[in-house]
Amino acid sequence: MKNKVKCLFFFGRINLELENGFVRFDKIDKSYDGEVLVVKNLNLNIQKGEFVTMLGPSGSGKTTTLMMLAGFETPTNGEIFLEGKPISKIPPYEREIGMVFQNYALFPHMTVQENLAFPLEVRKIPKSEIKDKVNKALDMVELGNFGTRFPAQLSGGQQQRVALARALVFEPRLVLMDEPLGALDKNLREQMQYEIKHIHERINITVVYVTHDQSEALTMSNRIAVFDDGVVQQLSTPDILYEKPENAFVAQFIGENNRFNGVINKIEGSICHVDLDNGEKLQALKVNVENQGQKTQLSVRPERVVINAKDSTFQNNFKGQVRELIYLGDHIRVRLNVCGNEEFIVKVSNEGSVNFSKNDTINVSWLAEDIRALDFPK
Amino acid sequence: MEGTISNGTQILTTDGIPLKVSLRKTERKNKIRAFLLVFPLLLFIVVTFVVPIADMLFRSVDDSHINTVFPNTFEEYAKWDREDLPPEAVYKSLFLELATGEGIQVGKALTRMNYSKSGWKSLIKKTRRQVKKIYKSGEEPSSYKQTMIEINKGWADPTFWIAMAQMLNETTLIYYWNAIDRTYDIDQKVIMQNEERRMYVKTWWRTFKVSIYVTFFCLVLGFPVAHLLANLPLRYSNLLMIFVLLPFWTSLLVRTTAWIVMLQQKGVINGVLVWLGILGDDQRIQMVYNMTGTIIAMTQILLPFMILPLYSVMKVIPKSHMRAAQNLGAKPATAFFKVYLPQTVPGMSAGGLLVFVLAIGYFITPELVGGKDGQLIGHWIAYHLKTTLNWGLCSALGSILLAVMLVLYWLYNKIVGIDNIKLG
Repeated sequence: MKNKVKCLFFFGRINLELENGFVRFDKIDKSYDGEVLVVKNLNLNIQKGEFVTMLGPSGSGKTTTLMMLAGFETPTNGEIFLEGKPISKIPPYEREIGMVFQNYALFPHMTVQENLAFPLEVRKIPKSEIKDKVNKALDMVELGNFGTRFPAQLSGGQQQRVALARALVFEPRLVLMDEPLGALDKNLREQMQYEIKHIHERINITVVYVTHDQSEALTMSNRIAVFDDGVVQQLSTPDILYEKPENAFVAQFIGENNRFNGVINKIEGSICHVDLDNGEKLQALKVNVENQGQKTQLSVRPERVVINAKDSTFQNNFKGQVRELIYLGDHIRVRLNVCGNEEFIVKVSNEGSVNFSKNDTINVSWLAEDIRALDFPK
Repeated sequence: MEGTISNGTQILTTDGIPLKVSLRKTERKNKIRAFLLVFPLLLFIVVTFVVPIADMLFRSVDDSHINTVFPNTFEEYAKWDREDLPPEAVYKSLFLELATGEGIQVGKALTRMNYSKSGWKSLIKKTRRQVKKIYKSGEEPSSYKQTMIEINKGWADPTFWIAMAQMLNETTLIYYWNAIDRTYDIDQKVIMQNEERRMYVKTWWRTFKVSIYVTFFCLVLGFPVAHLLANLPLRYSNLLMIFVLLPFWTSLLVRTTAWIVMLQQKGVINGVLVWLGILGDDQRIQMVYNMTGTIIAMTQILLPFMILPLYSVMKVIPKSHMRAAQNLGAKPATAFFKVYLPQTVPGMSAGGLLVFVLAIGYFITPELVGGKDGQLIGHWIAYHLKTTLNWGLCSALGSILLAVMLVLYWLYNKIVGIDNIKLG
């Protein structure tokens, strides 16, 4: 009888874990001064082995969230669960969570090897085992020959790798990364993005990554949580986030978009008719609007706009004056004035077929489902 | 690689001038300007620092003055075989040089002679008036030796004459030996001073002991303050910094007297303890005019010199280091000792060295609050400088202080590395 209960309990717990995720934020609020909430009612589930990025502008609460998970900040309300157990009362040094800090936080008075051995030594692991693990970790980040150097003798990229190796060497339950690539130059940053991604895929560890760089987030993540003003605006895979933003902030923050402001005239199923501020009318996909007469912001991606379309499948056709042509090699960026929007961008891929120049008037068209009617930002 | 740029051994500029020559020419102006900028300070340091120190080192071994006062005497003396009493020639030249010598110079020489054997001064002083009288009367004594012995029997004591050998050389180590309670006997062997004249070694040890205590207490008291300063939000840390710097804006004398007010037997601390009933009225603690007073007052006065270097080092240790260490599994105490503390070593050692060096040569505070057993070596330097006018001993004491500091720097460089010093 007792066993049965235990068994039930056990399975119950596993189910709970599967349902609720490996890491679960449950109604987390955080305030530093008792007046402003930096994180508001955060509910977030992260699955085992997932690479989740918290993306948002500075001050949006993403780093605070990470620090709460690492144990350096305490949630003002709510509870964080790791493997189904609440962790608020567990001090950082018992959480078994690895972390890569923004400026790496490598210990300058220790060599690379000593830095890597540090987490193992405090766990009282035998010396020989430490040596093996350190070497393995150094090989993983391709720094096998740099073990005896001090951090100051390494380049930024190498330091970054050491920090990564140190966060992984003690086999933590999950790894947190706080804008780890922010200090690197562009090329190195891109290279490191792939490297981190590959390491994640190889050892299948759960990663929670914080960045304000959207391309970094799109490249590396399984899922992205877009933060703004202490609230997760949208949590989904990179493709959905880019192609189907749920609100104006996400549409603006991820990738480039062309925006129009207008009022809902009529809603027909999933399509709504919108009157733009300058009197033009168009059709858009109903995403984040409910009522007739509501103000809305419309968003269409530059690559979904077709120039001088031959067929007539497009619900939205407008004339636009070319204001500027910017040559970018693989494509040409065309800035137009469409329906009063002076910043309307179209990307024309460079196939040698750009047959218009500045001040020409051209036709631009797009499908109703490619332009999304979103909330009107305050 | 080829043609114009290089001719094999020497690299040339495009115009064919050797690169090094060209570089030197372009750099010359900068070098001259840099030199002119530091020149006033260089001159100042040479005049006010290098020259006095060189002078001090010279004085600590110089023994030439007496040779200029009694040149003939020493010349004759050198010929003497050191048996029995010196020959007539020595007496004669000393007689004449005493009679004709300039008063002040002779006086100085007597002081010096007294260092090698006490009694010299009074012997000559007693003799000199008579000698002058005889000299003035114009009659030449048949035997100068006899005449002098007649004036004072001391002239028949060979120990005076043998002790004179110490002064034959133009350099001497007697001041250094004096500075560590030793002296020459009449055979020029190094012996201990008389019991009642041994005070320097004791004072040296006390000086080191006080300096070590003061450095230790400064470190213990300063470390937490510096840590707080480096980690508090700016507006609180600024306020705290003002408290740290406050002593700098108050006169040293005022602070020292304040300590006397605080610590004396009828002072504030004893008063409060008695008032609280912790001490009986007859159990008041002696906290000033002894070593305790010296240590307390000096610790307070030198504390900023520990806090500031520590603060400047702690300020640049990223806060993320302690977090990283804890994140990696280290308990806060382990994180502190393994990650934070080693990074503060440059600050601790810079502050420690600064405080120790300042403490070892400290004068005013121990002089005022030290009483009899709180005096440091600075007391004796000042005493000989002002009261006994034994500048040779002064210089020797000063030179030993300088040497101790140099040894400390050398040790510091060996152990911590001088590149690791960080003052701000």
